[in-house]
Amino acid sequence: MTSLTPQNAQLDHVDDHDEDHGSEHPDHRMFGLATFLVADAMTFAGFFAAYLTFKAVNPLMPGAIYELELPLPTLNTILLLVSSATFHRAGVNLRKQQNERCRLWLMLTAMLGLAFLASQMVEYFTLPFGLADNLYASTFYALTGFHGLHVTLGTLMILIVWWQCRTPSGRISANNHFPLEAAELYWHFVDGIWVILFVILYLI
Amino acid sequence: MTITAPQKTAPALPPLQPTGWLRYLSFSVDHKVIGLQYLICGFAFYLIGGAMAGAIRTELLSPVSDFMARDVYNQILTLHGTVMIFLWIVPVVNGAFGNYLIPFYVGARDMAYPRLNAVAFWLIPPAGLMLISSYFITGAAQSGWTAYPPLSITTPATGQIIWILSVLLLGGSSIFGGINFIATILKLRRPGLKLMQLPMYCWAMLGTSILVVLSTPVLAGTLIMLSFDIVAHTGFFNPGMGGNVVVYQHLFWFYSHPAVYIMVLPAFGLVSEILPVHCRKPLFGYTTMVYSIMAIVVLGLVVWAHHMFTSGTPPWMRLFFTIATAFIAVPTGIKFFNWLATLWGGRISLNSAVLFSCGFIVNFVLGGITGVALAQVPFDVHVHDTYFVVAHFHYIVYGGSVFVIFASIYHWYPKIIGRMLDEHLGRLHFLLTFIGFNLCFAPQHWLGLNGMPRRVAEYDPQFELVNQISSAGALLMAISTLPFLWNVIASAFYGAIAGDNPWRALTPEWLTSSPPPVENWKGDPPLVTHPYGYGTPGDEIDLNSASGSDLWRSGQ
Repeated sequence: MTSLTPQNAQLDHVDDHDEDHGSEHPDHRMFGLATFLVADAMTFAGFFAAYLTFKAVNPLMPGAIYELELPLPTLNTILLLVSSATFHRAGVNLRKQQNERCRLWLMLTAMLGLAFLASQMVEYFTLPFGLADNLYASTFYALTGFHGLHVTLGTLMILIVWWQCRTPSGRISANNHFPLEAAELYWHFVDGIWVILFVILYLI
Repeated sequence: MTITAPQKTAPALPPLQPTGWLRYLSFSVDHKVIGLQYLICGFAFYLIGGAMAGAIRTELLSPVSDFMARDVYNQILTLHGTVMIFLWIVPVVNGAFGNYLIPFYVGARDMAYPRLNAVAFWLIPPAGLMLISSYFITGAAQSGWTAYPPLSITTPATGQIIWILSVLLLGGSSIFGGINFIATILKLRRPGLKLMQLPMYCWAMLGTSILVVLSTPVLAGTLIMLSFDIVAHTGFFNPGMGGNVVVYQHLFWFYSHPAVYIMVLPAFGLVSEILPVHCRKPLFGYTTMVYSIMAIVVLGLVVWAHHMFTSGTPPWMRLFFTIATAFIAVPTGIKFFNWLATLWGGRISLNSAVLFSCGFIVNFVLGGITGVALAQVPFDVHVHDTYFVVAHFHYIVYGGSVFVIFASIYHWYPKIIGRMLDEHLGRLHFLLTFIGFNLCFAPQHWLGLNGMPRRVAEYDPQFELVNQISSAGALLMAISTLPFLWNVIASAFYGAIAGDNPWRALTPEWLTSSPPPVENWKGDPPLVTHPYGYGTPGDEIDLNSASGSDLWRSGQ
């Protein structure tokens, strides 16, 4: 036992949690991110529960307009699903050390994300109701807006990853692909949420 | 003239944290420093929240509103509830002891994500100061810690928005902490240490963190919607615009009922650590303890609507939530009998830690019984929103969690500081707290049964005497803090040197120096496979193969 250990100062190594021990400790960052995404999913679950309850028990006031066009959101769904596939390709290429191809796929993914946001904006501006018009409108904007915030953050992450893997020896490379994989997991999560949102908000 | 190239000096290992007392004010990533930061910060807020409770009890000395204006009373009671829950009990039973103990218990040198851990702590002081400063700037929120709409939409908006922002920050801190605990317990265990060999506090923190991760985000989403109602004039919870206030209550209690377990499950875990050490007996029924914690986690997520029996809940919902709530008494009862069986026949040393733990058992049984009573719809509709409910939940959160916080401070102070606390002052503290607490809250059962509503500054004059008795108890509780404060401050300088293991305990935090070194153990972390193996002759344990549960099953 270390009963003779006097005080902290006499220890032969100081705090070195991340850099020095990084290689010998297993990497738990992905686990933490996945746990965080469970929490994030619960936020959405709260919104969905509120939406479905409102829909079930609160009839809209007479005259409230809540017609939704399907083509644009369907296009959005396709955009996001394709972007998940392109992000996956980017990850495969990074692990093969083909940084240029990886960056191409990343840029394509980011563009798809931006296209989604643009198309969402088009929908917002063409909808016949505003945020505070009625309960349905408020919930619609809260749900899609919260999701859009996630897409915005995800797109920013993709652009950061795109920038940081510009050289094979850059901060993100085949040796350090965690940031790309983290952004990828997050992006798939955001896509999955959109599919649920699309079904609940537009289809049923 | 020479131009010297910038010297490429090798970075001389910049210390990540200051040494000495300054590190407690720094962005330290050491789990023990963060744990103490949580503890001291939480205790400061406890004193503030306690002063507010004192103001409330002073106002209630007389049936008329004379000590403060009615809206000030509303602000004070809102701040009191919010501060005590979000800034004292939740951060201390989870953040303080969790951060200090969990890495020891799993045999790790720190938490899984030390930086995230520091971020989680440093969200708390700004959020708390923001919350309290709202009282001085524009007036604090007035709608209670539940912030029910439409009250929270119609009371002054600025205070309510500040309240929402600080609760969102505190919720974020709680989620980051929960993620960290789950990863640390599941992923950072020392090789060879099995889940069923972990000290009980790890299981309690695992269950608590699951609740935090699953339920806190729902509160966050709900409060965002509420803030939209206030700022953007949407109508989620505004009946005037077709909104639905009951949806708020459902979403709020989906977090806030589990929040009760977030406050009390870690306390269960801490008591399970303290009792075996001071009774020199293994923790009775380890396996049932683990399963009952997990049962409470599952059931705790599906009982929220028992807070809403008077909110027009349909009969099927009342039936379901009554039955589910009654079921929670089963795992909780299992834990109680396990603690009693741990005490039974043990060589109990009645020190302050054990006294507070036993005080916890008594108080929590009383709070639990009134809880089962409140789960019954016919009873609940009569005492809903009366002082009976106030008495009930103070028996849970004060008689339960706060008593355990004090027990834990008496138990782990020698490890944290390296010096012993004064036992006489500790027993005086217990005596004053126990008498003061029961004097303060036991009469409130009677007040509630006779119809005194909660959260109102004025009351029927017939309740004056009982309210004065209750206020006398509150004064006693305030006084009880003094010997405690003197004890912890003076003992840090003049207390007897504790040594590494003054309680002769077997859990891993005692198998290092007091206070422990930066990375917990100078050598390899010890493998403790039977943390409660007290009273077992050494030759009967095969240290290499016996697991903890073998020992308990053999009835040693």
